Amino acid sequence: MNLVGAINNALHIALDTDPTAILLGEDVGFGGVFRAAVDLQEKFGKSRVFNTPLCEQGIAGFAVGLASEGSTAIAEIQFADYIFPAFDQIVNEAAKYRFRSGGQFDCGKLTIRTPYGAVGHGGLYHSQSPEAYFTHTPGLRVIVPRSPYQAKGLLLSSIRCPDPVIFFEPKALYRASKELVPVSDYEISLFNADVVMEGSDITVIGYGAQLGVLEKACKKAREELNISTEIIDLRSLLPWDKETVCKSVMKTGRCVISHEAPLTSGFGAELAASIQKECFLSLEAPIERVCGYDTPFPLSHEKFYVPDYLKCFAAIRRCIQF
Amino acid sequence: MSRFAPLLRTSWRLARSCGRASRSFASSPDIAVHPNIGRFSSELDLQFISRFDEPFLTFRVMDENGNILDPSLEPDVSKEKCQRMYKTMVELNVTDSILYQAQRQGRLSFYMTNYGEEATHIGSAAALEDEDVVFGQYREAGVLLWRGYSMQEMCDQCVGNRDDSNKGRMMPVHYGSKRHNFHTISSPLATQLPQAAGAAYAMKLQGRQACVVCYFGDGAASEGDFHGALNFASTLDCPVIFFCRNNGYAISTPIREQYRGDGIAVRGVSYNIRTARCDGNDVWAVHKIMDEARKIAISQKVPVLIEAMTYRGGNHSTSDDASRYRGNDEVSSWKLSNNPLARMRMFMEKKNWWDDQQETALRESARTAIVQVCNFSFSLLLSLLLFFPPPLHHKVPASLKEQEETLLEHLKEFGSHYPTVN
Ligand SMILES: Cc1ncc(C[n+]2csc(CCOP(=O)(O)OP(=O)(O)O)c2C)c(N)n1
Repeated sequence: MNLVGAINNALHIALDTDPTAILLGEDVGFGGVFRAAVDLQEKFGKSRVFNTPLCEQGIAGFAVGLASEGSTAIAEIQFADYIFPAFDQIVNEAAKYRFRSGGQFDCGKLTIRTPYGAVGHGGLYHSQSPEAYFTHTPGLRVIVPRSPYQAKGLLLSSIRCPDPVIFFEPKALYRASKELVPVSDYEISLFNADVVMEGSDITVIGYGAQLGVLEKACKKAREELNISTEIIDLRSLLPWDKETVCKSVMKTGRCVISHEAPLTSGFGAELAASIQKECFLSLEAPIERVCGYDTPFPLSHEKFYVPDYLKCFAAIRRCIQF
Repeated sequence: MSRFAPLLRTSWRLARSCGRASRSFASSPDIAVHPNIGRFSSELDLQFISRFDEPFLTFRVMDENGNILDPSLEPDVSKEKCQRMYKTMVELNVTDSILYQAQRQGRLSFYMTNYGEEATHIGSAAALEDEDVVFGQYREAGVLLWRGYSMQEMCDQCVGNRDDSNKGRMMPVHYGSKRHNFHTISSPLATQLPQAAGAAYAMKLQGRQACVVCYFGDGAASEGDFHGALNFASTLDCPVIFFCRNNGYAISTPIREQYRGDGIAVRGVSYNIRTARCDGNDVWAVHKIMDEARKIAISQKVPVLIEAMTYRGGNHSTSDDASRYRGNDEVSSWKLSNNPLARMRMFMEKKNWWDDQQETALRESARTAIVQVCNFSFSLLLSLLLFFPPPLHHKVPASLKEQEETLLEHLKEFGSHYPTVN
């Protein structure tokens, strides 16, 4: 099953197991522009799976309202680049609904799914990774899966979790990433990072599509320099699993963090700051961050812009040779 | 038959003239609710209304066969201008088919055709002056062609090579040209609408005898920015023409699921904006409506809203397959009855301004030209110098400088893994 198929399968299960669940967004009626919602309207009807007018603030606000009165709201924002008109509803409303009412009201049954990240030809407005805008917002959960198996389990947990979740889907992997995915209903904890590969020389941290890039870089490091890398997939950025991460860095003494979003104020900055505080005495080298540059996401120069496996490899080597 | 009822008069509507019929039998004296608000007419029989009494009519000039519907509407254009308009429509059409194929062959990453909407572009652009400033959505390439943006510039932008005036930063069809007073297209929908109102306000204060024209789709009109834009333009008296291309779809979403009111036009009236609707497949109706709108905007310094009813003849983009959500018969019946190119051609043929030979020659030469410029665009390399643009114009921040150095250092070792640049 590929990643978009796994999302579709999770949505089938979510709508099937929860009669209050509703799926809404631009063009979801015919299956969505990425086909994540294929067959859902036919199966669950137009009152539960529907096209909305073209208005992200409307989608987010409507979904907050659905969730606040007992429906499970699964809202699709067509591209993460277009989530910004919904920013106010997400940051000021969804995130604070419970807190501001002293727990009387909440919109925890809200999940916003949105495809993010580089695809090779998306340019400024079909490539962005806006996760850090949301990890700066207490009251939200931010989840990013790396593979079909992970996507299905994490999405089902997100939909069922009693907090509002922003679920970023790595659209570059929608069709490219395939693995065996059980058709049954299962969930993956939203609290734990995943140690994808154990190693002893250096800890390499990422999330989403960047995991594949890091795996390739680590393979090269292993084959050419005999470096043993420990790879961690954060899966949940807010809250993030500090314990797993710091335990690993204390063991290896070295750390490389990578994400596609620009370096400055990226989520890597939070990780690096926390790691140096917790692991200061174990660190053998400065923490390296391999990220997008501090420019808008380019089009023709994308290959130069992205933190590809060669840049990650070079960072691992720098860190080891420090 | 066209879906639009003929109306041989442009009726610019304002809220006041468009209200519900008064029912004198149950009227009562006007009331002042609050000293700030002015007086309201009152009524004694309570009614909730969802529509104005009359629907918006659709202005037309020419029927499906190119006949002018009323002698008073005979377009006031020379043969040369008319031929140039038609020529640009055909060039746009040919460019679309070549660039669409180029995408299919993997030479372009993306493309969006303008099929079916040629009359909205050329009819409107031909009524403007070069000083008028345009904000587009993305499906208005004909406006640029009319303004003299060349096929070469178009192809360079789509390829994103070193000659592209956007420096290879934007996806194909996100044209922009300072020289042609055409602001660079931004993908996020409807963002250009409030910007257009602001630009128009600035131009008004500077005393420029020009207006802003802002194009957008029926889908984009659902965004909050649309409403903000209309309200700003109205309350601040901005000389901006909001031009809605209502082509029936926003990707797969039909207008029935986009709105339930009387199109986009009726919203203009609710903001007290002069509004009219026209048959967008009738190039002369579009031309006339734009001509009048421009006069209003510039002489009275107020906004105008135009809703041009048209049809998206092609897929939304090369990423879309419209057969998943609309029937082929819908598309073919539109091609037969409403194709704006065919209509314009019939009009010209009736005047003996055009014949088959000219048609063949034009299509051939347009084809040859576009293929030639395309090949040239593909032959140009990228320039690495265009990367690392300072996102702020005055000074490259130190952190970015550092990042640039890291990249250059990296390329010394790994350069062979990256695209060739110069
Ligand atoms: C804010 C935002 N949301 C979603 C999109 C994705 N998108 C691109 S075009 C489009 C449909 C636009 O329809 P319409 O305005 O009717 O113009 P048309 O394509 O029909 O010319 C959508 C949903 C976007 N570009 N920006």
